[in-house]
Amino acid sequence: MNKIIIDSLSLQYSDGTESLRNVSMAIPANQITVLFGPAGGGKSTLLRCLNRLNDLTEVRASKGKILLDGENILDPKTDVIALRRRVGMVFARPVVLPLSIRGNLTYGLELAGETRRSRLDEAVERSLHLAAIWDEVKDRLDEPAVALSGGQQQRVCLARVLALQPEVVLLDEPTSGLDPISTGKVEAALQELKKDYSIILVPHSVQQAARTADHAAFFLQGELVEFRPGQEIFTNPKDKRTEDYVTGRFG
Amino acid sequence: MKSSSSTRNLLQRLGFGAMTLMTLATVAPIVAVVIYILSKGGSAISWEFLTGFPHDGMRAGGILPAIVGTLYLTLGTALFSVPLGVAAAIYLAEYAPDNKWTRLIRIAIINLAGIPSVVYGLFGLGLFVIFLNFGTSILAASLTLSIMTLPVIISTSEEALRAVPQAFRTVSISVGATRWQTIRRIVLKEALPGILTGVILGLERAAGETAPILFTGAAFFLPRLPNSPFDATMAVPYHLFVISTQVPEMPIQIQYGTALVLLIFVLGMNLTATVIRSRARAKRQW
Repeated sequence: MNKIIIDSLSLQYSDGTESLRNVSMAIPANQITVLFGPAGGGKSTLLRCLNRLNDLTEVRASKGKILLDGENILDPKTDVIALRRRVGMVFARPVVLPLSIRGNLTYGLELAGETRRSRLDEAVERSLHLAAIWDEVKDRLDEPAVALSGGQQQRVCLARVLALQPEVVLLDEPTSGLDPISTGKVEAALQELKKDYSIILVPHSVQQAARTADHAAFFLQGELVEFRPGQEIFTNPKDKRTEDYVTGRFG
Repeated sequence: MKSSSSTRNLLQRLGFGAMTLMTLATVAPIVAVVIYILSKGGSAISWEFLTGFPHDGMRAGGILPAIVGTLYLTLGTALFSVPLGVAAAIYLAEYAPDNKWTRLIRIAIINLAGIPSVVYGLFGLGLFVIFLNFGTSILAASLTLSIMTLPVIISTSEEALRAVPQAFRTVSISVGATRWQTIRRIVLKEALPGILTGVILGLERAAGETAPILFTGAAFFLPRLPNSPFDATMAVPYHLFVISTQVPEMPIQIQYGTALVLLIFVLGMNLTATVIRSRARAKRQW
């Protein structure tokens, strides 16, 4: 089943740089879809379109549609606040809000109007378990989140997204600043998460792409070059440019 | 080789020495002023001086009405300038697009800061005292001081808001916050110490000014405390001006005592701002 369908999406920033060129792809539910390719390929821009974070940047022209469960989220009438609760995002740099660990996790829920302490506590524990960090922080939930290590902070950021029980989780190079052990923990968490969430990951290396992908899309200079299920793109790429990239000839 | 390196060493020492001297030269006047005022006026400070009314044509007694008046004026100024200034700073830092109109506003604010205080006084006389018919009053004087204080509050608050990392805003919005919720719950909270510092520094200036209240709210002498915003009031800086220039045979001790009270008031506010700033810096999480 397809969770998201991207239909001929093109996008330009107001300084004239083109970011996405006529991209079409179908992103399946409950799988990890990996978007990879060299920097400047449009992967992050695409992620930021999926929860309309691009609204914060100057975007000159966007054409095409993004259907989430059949509804075009690029429609100006879309309730972006509700959309962002359904489509969560983890950023490359772990940014915890200047609140306690608990405060980071309940922030989004409180904004959504949840005031019941029991619900909030339940969400905190559930999402910290899912992000594989409960055991490390359960005794210090009221301490400032910034006191955690980078790897722990990034998992708190993941938990902050999961606390809202979104349908889709976007991850933009979530492990680029992390050590191998923390990276392993995040990747393992993702494998668990896909049972309940649709995951779109921009990996920080081809190796990570190959390790995690259920489906993989190769982006080059704003263009979707190749999109294939499973590991085929890494073992048997069809396009010459994909082959050059995955075999390490450039990038 | 050896001689040139020892020459360089000597030059370096001379350079550092000169800089240390210049630093001392900037600190020296402040210390000198405090010591001088303290030595000349310290003996005037007493409970009666701080809580009593002036008598014998202000040549004896206390300066309570002036102290209370300055407190009222400072509070009145805060009442108008803080909400307005902080709101303007939020608009400029968080909402205003970068266009001609916004640049014009900024230029206006910068120029507002450069206007001599006596001009504010005349402006306040024209607008608040005469045109709006508030009379010579605490209200008119507070409004005049507010306009003078606004640029300080706006620019320091704007700076404090801009210092909050952009990433906090992006993250907050990405979990479903509106722009205003983000500002209220994250940005303002983090910028608060910086804003408070600016507010206190602005008010401190207002508390010490004479010229803006000269025509708008200051009374030469009041035998009672003001009991309405439409009353005129005595104020410490203006009182100091009066007893230093308008009253013959004024005991010098009372003049310096009054100056000392004003100095303590202003330096006390300054110290508060410094404490807030350094505490916040120690606690800051970014």
